[in-house]
Amino acid sequence: MAKTIDHLVGQVRENRVWRSIFRSGTGGSNLHRALFVQQNVFLHLFSIKARKRTLEFSATWYLGALTFGTFLILVITGILLMLYYHPSVPQAYADMKDLQFVVSSGVFLRNLHRWTAHAMVFLVFAHMFKVFYRGAYRTPREFNWVIGVVLLLVTLLLSYTGYLLPWDQLAFWAVTVGSNIASAVPLMGSKIRFLLLGGTAVNANALLRFYVLHCVILPLAAILFIAIHFWRIRKDGGIYPGESPVEGGAR
Amino acid sequence: MSDPKDFVAVVDSDARRTPRRIAFITKRTSPQVRVKDEERVMTYPEVFFRAVVAIEVFAIVLVITSLLWDAPLEGLADPMHTPNPAKAPWYFLGLQELLHYFPPVVAGVLIPGLVVMALIIIPYFNINVEAEGLWLRDKARRLRIFGIVVVVFCIFLAAFDVWVALVPTLIVAAFIFLAAQTDPQTAQGFRGWLVRKPLSFWIMTWFLFELIVLTAIGTFFRGPGWSWVLPWRA
Repeated sequence: MAKTIDHLVGQVRENRVWRSIFRSGTGGSNLHRALFVQQNVFLHLFSIKARKRTLEFSATWYLGALTFGTFLILVITGILLMLYYHPSVPQAYADMKDLQFVVSSGVFLRNLHRWTAHAMVFLVFAHMFKVFYRGAYRTPREFNWVIGVVLLLVTLLLSYTGYLLPWDQLAFWAVTVGSNIASAVPLMGSKIRFLLLGGTAVNANALLRFYVLHCVILPLAAILFIAIHFWRIRKDGGIYPGESPVEGGAR
Repeated sequence: MSDPKDFVAVVDSDARRTPRRIAFITKRTSPQVRVKDEERVMTYPEVFFRAVVAIEVFAIVLVITSLLWDAPLEGLADPMHTPNPAKAPWYFLGLQELLHYFPPVVAGVLIPGLVVMALIIIPYFNINVEAEGLWLRDKARRLRIFGIVVVVFCIFLAAFDVWVALVPTLIVAAFIFLAAQTDPQTAQGFRGWLVRKPLSFWIMTWFLFELIVLTAIGTFFRGPGWSWVLPWRA
C-alpha cells in the first residue's frame, strides 16, 4: 500500500504539468532539498541550510516561529470573520450577536481570533526579550532588530484597531482611553486624534477607519516587514548561534 | 610545536555533508582557527518540519482555549455611559497606570516615545555591543554616577507618588549594588554571573520588571476611580 502511494506521488511529481509549476523536481538528494527551498518564491526567504545548534529549543524557544504561526491563524480566522461583519453602527454589534447565536461555530471563530491575538502580542514581547538576552541583536543583525521593533508596533496597532470592531462597551471605552492619549501630543495632538478617528469622538467614522486599518493596511504592512525580517535572517548569517564558537560569515 | 614547516594542511573529510576541502593555515599570517565547520542541516525538511510541529502544537493549545473560554462581549457601545474604570487593552495598562501619576504628555507621549527610541538604538549603542560587565572597569567613577542617577530618579518617582515604579527600581538597583560589591576574580555561581552583566542587561531587566509590574497592577489591582482593589475580592 505504502509503496503504491509512493509510486503514485512519484508519478504526479514527475508529471509535466507539476514540473512546470514546481521547478525543483523530485529526488531525495540534498541537491533536491536545496532546490526545494531555493526555487520557491516564498521559501527562498530562508537559507538552504541551518546550523544544527540553532534548532535546539533553548536557542530560540521557537518564539519567532510561534509568532508567525499566530499571525497565520489570525489571517485565516480574520478573513472568515470578515464574511459576517459590517463595519457600521450599530450593525457591527448585531453581527457579534449573530456570530454568537446564528453563525455555525461563530463563537469559536471569534474566540480563536481574539485569544490568538492576545497570544501574538505576548509572543512578540517574549521574542523581543529572548533575542535581547541572547545578544542576537548585535552586528550584523542590528537592522533586523529595528525591523522587529517596527513589527512590534504594527502588532500593537493591529491588536488595538481590532479591539474597537465588536463595538461593545469594552471596545468603545478602551479605544476612547487610547485615542485621548493621542491628543496629548504637543501642538498637533487634536489633529492626530481627528485623523485617527475621522471625527472628534469615537463614532461610525472611527469604526470604518479602524476596520480599514485592521483588515487592509496593517496586515499588508505586517506581511511586508515579516518578509524582510525572515529574509534578513538568511542575509545576516542565519539564526544567531550563540557566543561561541566563532560565527561563520554572512552568506 | 617544533614543526619546521610554515603551514599546516587540514583535510575536512566529511564528504557526505560538505565538499572536500583543504585549508592551508600559515603560521604567520592566518587568523586563529578555533572551530571546525559547524554541523549544518537542510532547511527542508529539518527546519520547516520543526517549525510546523511547534506551530501546530501551539494552535492546538489555542483551539482548546477557544473551546473552553469565551471572548468577552459587553453591551452595545454607549457614549453616554462611561464604565468605571474604563480600561485600555491589557498591553497598554502599564501606560495607563503611569497616566494616573503623570500628565498625559509625559505618560502618553514622552515615555512611550523614549521607550521606542531606546529599543531602536539598542544595537547601535556602544555599551550594548561591548557586552562587558558593568563593574569590571572604572569601578569607582561608575559607582558614583550610578549612585547619583538612582537617587535622583528615586526622588523624582517619590515626588510624583509613583511607589509602584519605585519598588522595582530599588530591587534592581539592589542587585546592581550587589554586583558592584562582588569581586569578579573569586565570585562563583549567581554573584559571579551578576558581576559579568553589562549595563544594557541591567537597563533591559529594569524595563522588563517595570513593564510586568505596571501591567499587572493596571490589569488586576485597579478598580473604580483607578483605586486599589484586590482581584480576588472583585
